[in-house]
Amino acid sequence: MMTAVCCVDLCKTYRQGDQDIKALDHLSIEVARGGFVCLSAPSGGGKTTLLNAIGGLDIPDSGEVYVNEQRIDNLSKGDLADLRLRQIGFVFQAYNLIPVLTAAENVEFVMQVQGVAAGERNEKARAILKEVGLEGLESRRPAQMSGGQQQRVAVARAVASRPALILADEPTANLDSKTSEGLMELFLELNERHGSTFIIASHDQRVMSYAKRLIRMLDGQIVEDIDQRAA
Amino acid sequence: MRLFMVLFQLAWRNLWRNHRRTIVMLSAISVGVWAMIFMTALTRGMVDQMIVDGIKALPGHVQMHHPNYPDDPSINNPLPISDDELEERFGDAGFLAWASRVKVPAVITSERDSRGITLLGIDPAAERDLTFVNYEQVDGRFLADENDNGIVIGRKLAASLETQIGKRVVVMSQDPDNDIADRGFRVVGLYEASTGAVEEAYAFVGKRTAQKMLRIEGGTSEVVFVGDDYRDVDSVYESVVAAVDKTVVVNRWYDVDTYLGTMMNVMDGFVLVWVVVIFLALSFGLVNTLVMAVFERVREIGLMLALGMKPASILGQIIIESMLLLALGLAIGDALAFASIVPLSGGIDISFVGEGMEMFGAASVLYPKLYMNDIVLANVVVLVLGFLASLSPAWRASRYEPVEALAKVG
Repeated sequence: MMTAVCCVDLCKTYRQGDQDIKALDHLSIEVARGGFVCLSAPSGGGKTTLLNAIGGLDIPDSGEVYVNEQRIDNLSKGDLADLRLRQIGFVFQAYNLIPVLTAAENVEFVMQVQGVAAGERNEKARAILKEVGLEGLESRRPAQMSGGQQQRVAVARAVASRPALILADEPTANLDSKTSEGLMELFLELNERHGSTFIIASHDQRVMSYAKRLIRMLDGQIVEDIDQRAA
Repeated sequence: MRLFMVLFQLAWRNLWRNHRRTIVMLSAISVGVWAMIFMTALTRGMVDQMIVDGIKALPGHVQMHHPNYPDDPSINNPLPISDDELEERFGDAGFLAWASRVKVPAVITSERDSRGITLLGIDPAAERDLTFVNYEQVDGRFLADENDNGIVIGRKLAASLETQIGKRVVVMSQDPDNDIADRGFRVVGLYEASTGAVEEAYAFVGKRTAQKMLRIEGGTSEVVFVGDDYRDVDSVYESVVAAVDKTVVVNRWYDVDTYLGTMMNVMDGFVLVWVVVIFLALSFGLVNTLVMAVFERVREIGLMLALGMKPASILGQIIIESMLLLALGLAIGDALAFASIVPLSGGIDISFVGEGMEMFGAASVLYPKLYMNDIVLANVVVLVLGFLASLSPAWRASRYEPVEALAKVG
């Protein structure tokens, strides 16, 4: 099976005051293409650090990171930006959208930077917004939308350019339970329909219940790796 | 190009995100640009007037003299070329105007007082386009021809001498043998000049009359040539030089009157310094605005970097934002400058400070001069220095680490 993400012996230490915090402690992980993985850990357990390392947002102190079989931990900032632009979609916990752009423009943003022609990206943006249930809200700015709607726009943006890998960091943290469930249903649907690999960092039980594979982390190490489809 | 459009769109919308701050900054830039151009136009107008008056007050654009005349401007150093020869050489040369003159230091005496003056023996017809005197506005009359026996003096000189039209004055100078050469003249006209100093300095008589008085039949002191533009006299100079030999010296006006020449160069430097000084004051506001704009958008910048926008694009976005702000400010400032200068093109009466201005040769009516070069200079300086000033906040924004920027509490 083709590998979407492979991390080998990752270490990352942060300094907090006088203390060194091991966010990743010799962690290795492999995620197959089309996977739907939830990283679960208590706060400070290293899930966001791992997500950032996979997304090329942060460089580990040691170890190797591969995305779609390309080693990325030794890439330059410019190459990492290019990788994120073309191969990875991000959904963050909050502040996901650019406030001065409308919902449609936010969805188009990544494609616009990629250089996709206006007609094509507009069509794609409208289609994906419809898919995430935001038809008719294309012209609204983030401030005119609810938190759930904003997260849906962020999801639409993350999947609009069909990246192979979508990373979501606590995507339901600021959402009520109904909206959270709707978002997870959407993730699952997009995963199944488009075959994109999803890695979601969360300590929300509802999110974990949707994951096909659940990886529990503690102190920067994987303590449990469960294939939930089998369960 | 597509990326530029993205950056342009973001920059433009971000500009109006905090519209109150943008309007305040726009106002500051507009007023600053207006001040740059308006004050430059006033100063240009004043200096131009001083130079034009100065040039008209005798130098012309190019002058020709005996080689010893610049050091000893007396009748002992006459031009070695006769009027007939001058006519032959320069009659069809295509100058705007030219004339030969007798020009000697002299003393003028009325029954009340006496003053040192420069006596000018002129051909009124040839001199009409060279002189600062408006023949039609002379009290009494101007000289009729070069054989006129009357004298035309300035109003201020007439007041100093306590004389008036119709009264007689005596003019004394030296002949080529260093003997006293004097003659009585009836005052036939009083001229008005832009400054009292000029009115006191020069007295006009007919050229032939002056030659007879000084016993230099046919002799002259200088020839003056005028072209189209006092800023570009090289073509006139080269034409004159080509037509004469080493028995005469030819000078441009700024070599003859170095004070005026220096003034022109100093003015160009002054305009640049003035524009830069105003901009420096503006730049604090501009940099502050950009720093605030960047500071408020740290997480947004982090998001864009995380989504794959390159640091260079973030840099470009902030710079475009700054350039848009400056371009808008420039457009408004330029329009304000035009709107305020054009109605004043008829002149501003500054006679209430006239005496002070006269001390350095300025007239009592100020005509603002709006030069395209000055507008371009102000605009270019603002854009170039604005670009440089915005580099620092833009650079800082582009250096953010996405993870750290996204983690900022804001």
